[in-house]
Amino acid sequence: MSLQNDTVARIKEKALWMRRRAFKMVYDAQLGHPGGDFSATDIIATLYFGVMNYDAAKPNLPGRDRFIMSKGHATGALYTVLCAAGYFPEDWLATYMQPRSMLNGHPNRNYLPGVETNTGPLGHGLPVATGIAIAGQITGASYRTFVLTGDGEMQEGSNWEAAMTAGNRKLENLTWIVDRNRLQQGAGTEETNGLDPLDKKFEAFGWDVSMVDGHDAEALLAALSAAPTGKPRAIIANTTKGKGVSFMENKASWHHGVPNDDQFATAMKELI
Amino acid sequence: MSAHAPAAQGLSDCREAWVKALEALAQDDDRIVAVVNDSVGSSKLGGFQKKFPDRLINVGIAEQCMVGVGAGLANGGRIPFVSAAGCFLTGRSLEQVKADIVYANFNVKLVGQSSGVAYGELGPTHHSIEDFAWLRLFNTLTVIAPSDAWETAEAVKWAATHEGPVYLRLSRMAVPELDVPNRVFRVGQAELVRKGGDVTIVACGTTVHLAVAAAEALQAEGIGARVLNMATINPLDEAAILAAADETRAIVTVEEASIRGGLGGAVAELTAANRPVPVERVGFPGFVPTGSVEWLFNEFGLSAAGIAAAAHRALKRAKA
Ligand SMILES: Cc1ncc(C[n+]2csc(CCOP(=O)(O)OP(=O)(O)O)c2C)c(N)n1
Ligand SMILES: [Mg+2]
Repeated sequence: MSLQNDTVARIKEKALWMRRRAFKMVYDAQLGHPGGDFSATDIIATLYFGVMNYDAAKPNLPGRDRFIMSKGHATGALYTVLCAAGYFPEDWLATYMQPRSMLNGHPNRNYLPGVETNTGPLGHGLPVATGIAIAGQITGASYRTFVLTGDGEMQEGSNWEAAMTAGNRKLENLTWIVDRNRLQQGAGTEETNGLDPLDKKFEAFGWDVSMVDGHDAEALLAALSAAPTGKPRAIIANTTKGKGVSFMENKASWHHGVPNDDQFATAMKELI
Repeated sequence: MSAHAPAAQGLSDCREAWVKALEALAQDDDRIVAVVNDSVGSSKLGGFQKKFPDRLINVGIAEQCMVGVGAGLANGGRIPFVSAAGCFLTGRSLEQVKADIVYANFNVKLVGQSSGVAYGELGPTHHSIEDFAWLRLFNTLTVIAPSDAWETAEAVKWAATHEGPVYLRLSRMAVPELDVPNRVFRVGQAELVRKGGDVTIVACGTTVHLAVAAAEALQAEGIGARVLNMATINPLDEAAILAAADETRAIVTVEEASIRGGLGGAVAELTAANRPVPVERVGFPGFVPTGSVEWLFNEFGLSAAGIAAAAHRALKRAKA
């Protein structure tokens, strides 16, 4: 029990640091996607500090658990977690978006250790993750594969092609988390091209489905660590875009909005 | 076609011209519809959506579907302008463009927004520098990259009346209006922007302005550079290129795109087969590193100095 409490406290502490550091990156670069960074932060922190097996010093170990950031625009969240996990030193974060930086606006595996595949165009992560999971299945490897997609991203057909493949192949080593913040770039998902009921859709494709509060580390830990069921696992994480900063929460304009001086100062006061 | 006297001093990034022209056309012709992929804002179509809510079809983040829907709308008698970031419109939906639009020959207007490296730091996934090469291969697809706001509006108007598939490749680079007296927009014809007898600079899109600046720099050195605005990449104005090969000693191509297969590729293909002259291609060699648009332009020689240097390289290789 106390071990569990320690883990949850550690995840929360890392998530807070990630939000503050990511927002600083976006503020300095005056570029980025902070709304989607903040909806995903707790999910990613839980994966790296409570669930996944990896050795940041040996990023290519064949037996490592894999994480695929399909919503590649949320590099604030991804780069801060990789840094916090020890894949690269903190001073690299200050180069975000600068000329020849390894921290490109979308992740590049050839630049940064810990990045499993290049993303940015939406709808690519789930097929690649499915391939990684199939490789594990046919070789009998014990690693797990995790993929995080946006919810607007679910409008891409490639996701459903992969969902069908993974369901049919019963890839129980594959876990797919949907960052269900109900906003995409320009508007709400349901007014753009509605997704509900997502759970029923995933079930119909042969997935084991659960729904959690995507900002509750304890609930995320439980869902992500549950025993395998013989099916691929889909976790619909209900989240808030811009989570943690009052003026950003649930605002589509913060999809790729960037803070001015006052907004940055306010956010730093709120993120404590 | 319409005559035009250049006036405006201010800089414009072409997107304002695109929506103004589209809204005016849509007012007069209710067959005109817009199709987007969660790109209302990035396509500047908020105003269009307000005016014509039923004629703005947002399929969400689903570009293959978006292009197929465009073909279907054309089948249903509409004139669809399918507008999305150039990278996803062309890259993600290439087979839909090939089979559903060009091969099936539907009257669909594809509008690539923020093309080239407009997305700068967001990197190669968001750059659209391969689109010229991909789409130029479709010989029945008209490909136009306007040089400024005026030409953008003309191209939109032309596309609306032309029966057949069109790709409009719009820039997000803020530029003034090109200084050419009595301009007339002619699809498929190079526009002579500047006369010159030593070297010809063939450019398209907003890089035409850089070509003009390079020609001015070369003039100061006593080198006469002809500048052609090759807004229509496909079909290429072959006569203008062959005349340049005959009348000047070398050719420089300039495009906010890959140097492989696009405008530079087209010019090299044509001249190599018919009138071999030195051709220097200015553009991007492939995936580029992280960096802002301005940084990328300077780094890869898309600048007056870079183009002038390319002209010197070309002339050095040319017969005296
Ligand atoms: C194929 C493709 N089309 C369009 C885009 C542009 N784009 C980037 S993020 C985004 C919205 C994503 O919404 P969602 O998946 O809900 O992500 P989140 O809300 O978590 O940021 C869009 C349309 C893209 N990156 N890729
Ligand atoms: Mg979303």
